[in-house]
Amino acid sequence: MLHIVACIKQVPDTKIIKMNPKTNTMDRRTAPAILNPYDAHAVEEAVRLKERYGGKVSVLTMGPPPAVKAIKKCIEIGADEGYLITDRRFAGADTLATSYALTKALDKISKESPVDLIICGKMSIDGDTGQVGPGIARRLDIPPLTSVNKVVEINKDEGYMKVHRKLEDGYEVVQSTLPCLLSVEKTINEVPYSPFPNMLKAARYQPHIWSVDDLEDVDIKQLGLKGSPTIVSKVWSPPKPEGGTLLEGNPKEQVEQLLSIILEKKELFTVKGEA
Amino acid sequence: MDFHDYQDVWVFIEEKDGAIAPVSLELLGAGRGLADKRGCNLAGILIGENISHLADTMFEYGADIAYIYDQPIFKNYRTESFMQALLHCSNKYKPEIILYGATSTGKDLASAVATDLPTGLTADTTELDVEEETGLLLASRPAFGGNIMATILCKKYRPQMATVRAKVMKALTPQPGRKGKIIEESISLKEEDIRTKVLEIVKETTKKVRIDEADIIVAGGKGLGSAEGFQLIHKLAESLGGAVGASRDVVEAGWIEHAHQVGQTGVTVTPKIYFAIGISGAIQHIVGMKNSGLIIAINKDPEAPIFEACHYGIVGDAFEIVPILIEQFQQAMTREEVSHVGEV
Repeated sequence: MLHIVACIKQVPDTKIIKMNPKTNTMDRRTAPAILNPYDAHAVEEAVRLKERYGGKVSVLTMGPPPAVKAIKKCIEIGADEGYLITDRRFAGADTLATSYALTKALDKISKESPVDLIICGKMSIDGDTGQVGPGIARRLDIPPLTSVNKVVEINKDEGYMKVHRKLEDGYEVVQSTLPCLLSVEKTINEVPYSPFPNMLKAARYQPHIWSVDDLEDVDIKQLGLKGSPTIVSKVWSPPKPEGGTLLEGNPKEQVEQLLSIILEKKELFTVKGEA
Repeated sequence: MDFHDYQDVWVFIEEKDGAIAPVSLELLGAGRGLADKRGCNLAGILIGENISHLADTMFEYGADIAYIYDQPIFKNYRTESFMQALLHCSNKYKPEIILYGATSTGKDLASAVATDLPTGLTADTTELDVEEETGLLLASRPAFGGNIMATILCKKYRPQMATVRAKVMKALTPQPGRKGKIIEESISLKEEDIRTKVLEIVKETTKKVRIDEADIIVAGGKGLGSAEGFQLIHKLAESLGGAVGASRDVVEAGWIEHAHQVGQTGVTVTPKIYFAIGISGAIQHIVGMKNSGLIIAINKDPEAPIFEACHYGIVGDAFEIVPILIEQFQQAMTREEVSHVGEV
């Protein structure tokens, strides 16, 4: 029986979000909050491993109270339990402070039911860093395995697992002791539409909600903005490039001009019959 | 923490198949600029097995010092072993700044090292600068999904660390014979201390998409409307002998696989000609292609930001323009062939 925890994040849909041009901040009202797309693959992989080896899947997130919705989405995918840590003292955390807070929650989850495997998505679409997963692994002192695109085998009795890690020109087969932490590529699986019973379960599901005071041995100084070594000093729009020359005329004339421009770089094109 | 103890700019040197990875040479170029501004040394840290001979290359590309860990245990990259070497070196020699390529290895290593030190780490940087007086690293990157740039600082911890995108910084022209100081180090780490083993490395022989090496890229965006519409991009690429690129939206819509994605979370490219067709031009896309030799944009929307980032633009319907382009290009090439034959 495996206990797998997927760490997830609720994010604004950055494809839709609008920036406030005056303050250079995200106008969160313009974008719906969604389960980070990479994390859906992490949860899906956890659920598949549960189906293969037996056990249970928990999901953990840190965020404001509406993040319950992202947890419910994970229940739809097939997770069994959800944990939200939410507290103003977590706010403004960078990747180092985030991995600290999540690790404290994982310690508590582990006390109730020891964790064999932690799975994270490759990165979040709003932070785009991919640093929290390996950070959690280091704090728990378990091996981090990033860029995982296949789980080959888990052998809990002998305490190891094998995965494929994606490389630039192929992959490597890596064996690691358990417990360990994976951060998985999107290509590891496809997330199907959720089965109807899961959706019913998700609608009724209430996750465990913890504040800082519910966690043990927490050093407040390592949380949130205070515990974050990195700060955003300024947010700016890059100076606009000068802009190009717009080619005028009807489509045929435009293409004629374009063609003479690209044919100045004639050496790039293979002349037929020579190749 | 006394910041005066921390000096020099370091670059983690990534080795692949017996050579230094291009991104590491680019970072030596960027690091040289930072080190000169601070009046300090630029060092490379190289970890591996049978890699000592690469020190000369590091010096030729701008390093003053090469820290080398050449031990069998470093044969394959593993987070736990490489991290121990880097922590050892950083704690002993105390750099002010450490830069890593934002590759899967660089990001993996930097994330682990930052947690253990601990210090701040900025991911996927595309612009670097340093304050001459304070040594504060100004690491800038597209943020919030790539809609805007943010400058990230790490004021209270040293070393300051950042991963940096490939193909954004420029390597220096190598100076043959340029010398530096080699510092050989080692750590006592036994195989049984490491909890992961690389069992096998499998090279995929199938033709992999490497758009970062293409001279011509034809990239398409959401403006093409559908996966079927996106076929137009394939046709033009095939006709010009170029590679196919795509915007983030298109990849997320599943019209084409991620290996084709250009931009912050995809590949950074610098082809000689880049076509952006039906691509609006979000900042996260622009940072991935702005150093291309010739950028040509085709878009229906005259207000699209891509027209500010291109050299030449056509406001119009790609489905009208591109077929004419293919036809005229083929005619021109045929004329070329005739004139070629005539010369012989």
